[in-house]
Amino acid sequence: MTDKTLSVAEKKVKMQLNCPMPKLDFDVITLGHGSGGLLTNKLLDSGVFDILANDWLNKRHDGAMLQLKGPVAFTTDSFVVSPVFFPGGNIGDLAVNGTINDLAMCGAIPEYLSLSFILEEGLSMQAFWDILVSIKFACAQAGVHVVTGDTKVVEKGKGDHIFINTSGIGTLHPKADIDIQRVKPGDKIIVSGEVATHGIAIMSVREGLDFETTIATDSCNLNHLVKELLDSFGEAIHLLKDPTRGGVATTLNEVARDSKTGIELRHRDIPVDPQVHGACEMLGLDPLYVANEGIFLAIVAEEAAEKVLEKIRSLEYGQKAAIIGEVVAEHPRQVILTSQIGGKRVVNMLVGEQLPRIC
Amino acid sequence: MKYLTEYRDPEVAARYLEEIKKTVTRPWTIMEVCGGQTHSLVKNGILNMLPPEINMVHGPGCPVCVTPLNLIDKAVYLAEEKNVILCSFGDMLRVPGSEKSLLEAKAGGADIRILYSPLEAVNIAAQNPDRQVVFFAVGFETTAPANALSVVHAHRQNLDNYSILASHVLVPPAIEALVSDETCSIDGFLAAGHVCTIMGMAEYGPLVDHYQVPIVVTGFEPVDILQGILMTVKQLERGEARLENQYSRMVRPEGNPSAMEVIHDVFEVTDRMWRGMTVIPSSGYQVKAKYQRYDAQKKFSVNIAEAPENETCIAGEIMKGNKKPFECPNFGTTCKPENPLGAPMVSSEGACAAYYHFSDMINQLQKESA
Repeated sequence: MTDKTLSVAEKKVKMQLNCPMPKLDFDVITLGHGSGGLLTNKLLDSGVFDILANDWLNKRHDGAMLQLKGPVAFTTDSFVVSPVFFPGGNIGDLAVNGTINDLAMCGAIPEYLSLSFILEEGLSMQAFWDILVSIKFACAQAGVHVVTGDTKVVEKGKGDHIFINTSGIGTLHPKADIDIQRVKPGDKIIVSGEVATHGIAIMSVREGLDFETTIATDSCNLNHLVKELLDSFGEAIHLLKDPTRGGVATTLNEVARDSKTGIELRHRDIPVDPQVHGACEMLGLDPLYVANEGIFLAIVAEEAAEKVLEKIRSLEYGQKAAIIGEVVAEHPRQVILTSQIGGKRVVNMLVGEQLPRIC
Repeated sequence: MKYLTEYRDPEVAARYLEEIKKTVTRPWTIMEVCGGQTHSLVKNGILNMLPPEINMVHGPGCPVCVTPLNLIDKAVYLAEEKNVILCSFGDMLRVPGSEKSLLEAKAGGADIRILYSPLEAVNIAAQNPDRQVVFFAVGFETTAPANALSVVHAHRQNLDNYSILASHVLVPPAIEALVSDETCSIDGFLAAGHVCTIMGMAEYGPLVDHYQVPIVVTGFEPVDILQGILMTVKQLERGEARLENQYSRMVRPEGNPSAMEVIHDVFEVTDRMWRGMTVIPSSGYQVKAKYQRYDAQKKFSVNIAEAPENETCIAGEIMKGNKKPFECPNFGTTCKPENPLGAPMVSSEGACAAYYHFSDMINQLQKESA
């Protein structure tokens, strides 16, 4: 079987099998591994980081010296997800995809990443290795390189196994003109896939909440999809946003606030996986407020909307895309949803954490 | 999704709405007792779809809202001062106590855990024999069986480190307190479907007969609620007062005997303070003497002075149906979900939070003040 016929999950398993952990004389991370001294160098020399090798990283310099052409986008994000491993992924691929997708939302082609670990003393080397393999896989999928990095170790109890920060840089797509000020009445709102999947996948394995389900995260790199959209439609794409924490509701409230327009949504058009929907009903959560990773919102010119939708649906990670609403001049700064039975209500930003109801 | 989609069908909803409009000839005030129904009314935009003659008022059936301030203070005290693992349903965490909420206590380092089931708290107790575990057992008759069962399970396992901080409230005495009040303007009630799933309908017949007020046991989906409203309006228009069951797919007249058995094994009826309202006779459950080692109040001899409620909060008037949230001067101004003055602004089942989150009243207010 060639790589082309494998699914993403199958490719990931293949890479994991092809990347066994090197033989080490330590099983867990200790404080010394972050000291900058002998043990740090031992960790660096152990082969652990060879998995991410490239010309820039191999120089082991204080930073990476890069050549970039034209205007660039630059972003950073920290990842503290708990638990670290969850159905369909772990903190490693999340840290790569999250930053890549932030760059893609700027209309940029992601190229280089920095990667910083804060490890908690006692983290097993196998867990760390599995996370590194996921990082390598996610970078390969997206076509980006980790060019600089850092590792610190904190005492047991002062972290939660592992925290990761990634920063990313990419050149802007020549046809991209992503700007909140370009959002205007008449624009259509497209979501590129089913909402709430990632948040529910994480929740399904949280302590005290674990329930039996096959829901896996939809975390993925959206940069190729976005590039194709920009190649084909360029200026017709007015805004791209990834509705991560706070969900679709919070993100669209930000859009309404910052663009001083109103937003109208139709509940019946918002795609939600039936299993995810069931879990939300059971847990008393509103899918509009649940975090996402593998989807984006595109606000596009009215006349191009159907074609953009068709294009997204034809591409990997975009099959479930849908037009869920439009931008209007009425009720500026407010998001209004037409409920399934046709009633209207205001959709506000998420306040604090979404807490499950009693009954 | 089976059993949900049917009850959110826009065509069926439109038919019920049309029939309500055809049936109603004069103004009626109807109270939905349960916070879950309030949540559904506003979430689905039903309030704006009903004909103007129907005035829905929102009852006291939000457990988060009616749990006394003093009990929240006790929960905070147990978590902070007694080093217990305090387990709670999620939306209790944001409710303001007299000094702080459980969420603030958690941020300060207290071990407070959000659970979906009290039986999970029993597991935590079994896994942590050197720690005391307290479950904050709030709710109506709906959550009482699981909370009672947790005590039975702990007893079976002979756990010395598990107890519950119980604050159970009961629906029928609350309806009676409302309807017997001279100022009551409520013409009919939608009773809480899930409460009746457990307890059956027997307690409501005498209320209907004595106060000559229609009570319709109603579910929570939009079609359920519209049908419940229609059934109530039909009775009112005909001058009838009967007990009816809209939620017959879940509620049997005799209730759930197994659930009632475990409730009666562990709990006994007591007078209970309803936050924002008053002490209502025989309106709550407390742990029976035979299980008192699982009663956190007795186990830890928690004595916390009663703190005064925020004087400007009109939560009581709102829960009695006398006022709407937007009639409160604090609504959306000094009182918001991120900084609630009273409990109804906390849980999405609370009338104030439901209005704040889902209704455009807030924006009308802002426009008026601009």
